[in-house]
Amino acid sequence: MIATGRSDISRIKARGSAKSGAEHWWRQRVTAIANLLLVIWFLVSAVSLSGAGYEEARAWLGGQFNATMMVLLVISLFWHARLGVQVVLEDYVHGRGLRLAAQIGLDFLTIALVVSCLLAILEVSLGS
Amino acid sequence: MPEVDRPLSPHLQIYRWHLTMALSILHRATGLALAAGLLLLTWWLTALARGPEAFATVRAAIDNPLGGLVLFGFTLALLYHLANGVRHLLWDLGYGLGKEEAFRSGLVVLGFAGLGTLLLWLVILAF
Repeated sequence: MIATGRSDISRIKARGSAKSGAEHWWRQRVTAIANLLLVIWFLVSAVSLSGAGYEEARAWLGGQFNATMMVLLVISLFWHARLGVQVVLEDYVHGRGLRLAAQIGLDFLTIALVVSCLLAILEVSLGS
Repeated sequence: MPEVDRPLSPHLQIYRWHLTMALSILHRATGLALAAGLLLLTWWLTALARGPEAFATVRAAIDNPLGGLVLFGFTLALLYHLANGVRHLLWDLGYGLGKEEAFRSGLVVLGFAGLGTLLLWLVILAF
């Protein structure tokens, strides 16, 4: 019940989201809380890394803690962004076919970018 | 759009703008900007993996007045979206939904984003 944000009574009375709205709402908030923590780490890191050269940046991301945090950041940020942009597309892209195409395109783009980021982190992390 | 035969609520332009309305649309606008900003993060990470030359290209793109302005804008958008996101989470828990409270928390969010951005950039530029 908690994982979807829906109560049993809402199901019995057949009220509330008919599809996956509650799940979407819940995931957006869970990733928001994760982002809050991860972005604070990211901002501190970004400030300390400002002006860093190639070697310094690579050594930084090569550390186990930073690599782990960066993987978590990438997953959480892209997940949250994907959920947010989906709602914007639902609001402003009219026509069923076009909207469907936009949603599929968004999924493809998100997954492609996430895989690129994760492979890059892995490569730096394993190579140093 | 098909014609509808029922009363419709006044459209957005009818209302007098006030702070909470502006902040609401700003949350979506900054969210979209930050989603686009993820492209920059992807570029930075992949360049770091590819090698010194690719990394130098990214640095050249960022390390100039225009690039700095873009990063400053992203910092402002990020801190605003972060603080206003906390405001949204508090609303979800049932806090601060009153008219006056929502107005005041809006000012707090703006203050946090503005001052936080200035502070971060002072540290970046000073060291």
